[in-house]
Amino acid sequence: MTLQKVKGIPVALEGDRAVAEAMRQMNPDVVAAYPITPQTEIVMRFSDFVASGEVETEFIPVESEHASMSACIGASAAGGRVQTASSGAGIALMWEVLWVASGSRLPIVMHVVNRSLSAPLNIHCDHSDSIGMRDAGWVQLYDEDVQEAYDNAIQVVRIAEHPDVLLPTIHALDGFILGHSVERLEKLPDEAVTEFIGTYTPAYPLLDVEHPLSYGPMDLQDYFFEHKRQQAEAMVHALDVVAQVAEEYGDLTGRYHSLIEGYRLDDADFVTVMLGSTVGTAKCAVDLMREQGVKAGLLKIRCFRPFPAAAVAEALADRKAIAVLDRSLSFGAQINPLCLEVIGALYSHGFAPKLINYVYGLGGRDTVPAQICEIYQELVRIDREGVTGSVLRYLAVRD
Amino acid sequence: MKRDPANNISVTGVPSPKSWREIPIGGVITDAGNSEEYHTGGWRSFRPIWDWQKCVNCKVCWIYCPDGSIRIRDGAVAGIDLDYCKGCGICSKECPHDAIKMIEESAAEAEAKVKQ
Repeated sequence: MTLQKVKGIPVALEGDRAVAEAMRQMNPDVVAAYPITPQTEIVMRFSDFVASGEVETEFIPVESEHASMSACIGASAAGGRVQTASSGAGIALMWEVLWVASGSRLPIVMHVVNRSLSAPLNIHCDHSDSIGMRDAGWVQLYDEDVQEAYDNAIQVVRIAEHPDVLLPTIHALDGFILGHSVERLEKLPDEAVTEFIGTYTPAYPLLDVEHPLSYGPMDLQDYFFEHKRQQAEAMVHALDVVAQVAEEYGDLTGRYHSLIEGYRLDDADFVTVMLGSTVGTAKCAVDLMREQGVKAGLLKIRCFRPFPAAAVAEALADRKAIAVLDRSLSFGAQINPLCLEVIGALYSHGFAPKLINYVYGLGGRDTVPAQICEIYQELVRIDREGVTGSVLRYLAVRD
Repeated sequence: MKRDPANNISVTGVPSPKSWREIPIGGVITDAGNSEEYHTGGWRSFRPIWDWQKCVNCKVCWIYCPDGSIRIRDGAVAGIDLDYCKGCGICSKECPHDAIKMIEESAAEAEAKVKQ
C-alpha cells in the first residue's frame, strides 16, 4: 500500500459523533449494538447513516449487550468486518461473550465510551468497565482527546485484523469528558480511510462453504491450554502491530501516536503516568509546575493491552519519584491495575524508583490541573524527605 | 454366521498431541467429520461385557445405544466399540436376554493385564 500524506478536513464534533463519523467512513459489514449512556450517540448517529443509505452496513438493533456481542461474534465468524460500541454496564453484560470473541480469535472492534459500574448508579466516566475487561483477551487503546478517538477508531481495525494478531480490539474514550465534548479535529477524506483500512480477508470464514468449519467446539484438558498460549502469543505480536499501524497512520496524517507518549519527559525528575483524557489535564499541570521550576513530566499509556512493559520501564527508570493515576479501583488490591503494570514493568527490568498510586475521578469526579499539581508537589516532598509513605492514595475524595 | 468372540473391536492409540504452534487458532476445526478422532471411551467408569453365547442377535442394544458403539458385522452383533462407549449401561439395562453385564472399568483393566 502506498500512502501519501493527505490533507485533513477540519470539523468540530463530540467524541461520540467523531467515532460515528469514523464508522461511517469505514462502512463495516455488520454493526450490532445496543444504546447505553454515554455511548448512545454513536449508535444513534450510526443508525442515521444506515437509514439514509450512507453506509452499506447490516445494522442489527439487538435487545441487549449480551446479544450485541453475540451477534458480532456470529457475523465475524461468518467472515464480516464487524463493529459495536458500548459503555459501563453494557460491557459488564457482555462479559461472558467478550471471552468467546477473543478465544475464537475474531477481530471485532468495539468503541468503548467509559462509564462507571453501578451501584450506586452513575453514568459518568471512570475506567472500571474497560479495565474490568483487561484479562478478557482484547487489545486496548485509550484516547486522549476527540482527535485521538477518531484516529484510534480507524487504527484498531487494522490492528485487530492483522494476520499476526486476529484479536478483538477496543479503543476507549472517556464518557462525557470526550464523548459529549465538542472539539476541533481533522478527519480524513472518505477514500483515505477506505484505503487505509483496506479489505478484510478473514482467516476462517464460516460462509466459505467449500471449506466447512466448526467454531466454538468443546476443548478440554488436552488442547484448551494450547489455544490460550496462542492468544498470549498474539498479544505479543500486537505490540509490534500497534506501533507499526501507528507509524503508518502517522505517515498518512502527520499524527503519530505510539504505544506510549512522553510529555516534557526527557529531563523530568517527577513523572505522572495515566490513561485517557486526564493526560490533557496533566499536561497543563506539567506546564504549571515547570513554570515553578519543578522538573515535571508525564507518561501517557496509549496501549494498555498488550502492556508495553519494556518501553515503560525505559521511560521511567531513573526518575526521582513517580505517581501512577488509576481511574478504577481494584478493591482489596495493594495497588490498582495501571500501577500494577507499571511496577511490574519496572521490577522486571531491575528498577525500583520511589512510586505512589492515586485512584482518581471515580464516577466522573472532576480532575483539575490544581489537583495534579498537588501530586507533583507530593512527589517533590517524597524526594526531598526520602520517605514514600503510603503507596495507595485517593485523589480529591472528601476525608 | 460368524461371531466374533472378542468383547471389543479395537482400542486404537491416541494420536500424539500437537503443540500450540501446529494447531489452527481459536479452536476452529478446519475439516469435517473428525469427531471419530476423539475417543470418548476414555470417560467410561463401567465397561459393558457382552456374552455372545447368551445373545440372540435381536439388536435391541444397537437400537438403544446413544453413541453408536454396538458394532454390527455381517448383520449380526459383533461386540462393543470401547473407543466410543461411555459406559452408560443402557444396553445392559435394555437387553432382554441379560447378555450384557456392566463391570467396573478398573476391574476390567486389571483382568486384561492378568490375561496378558
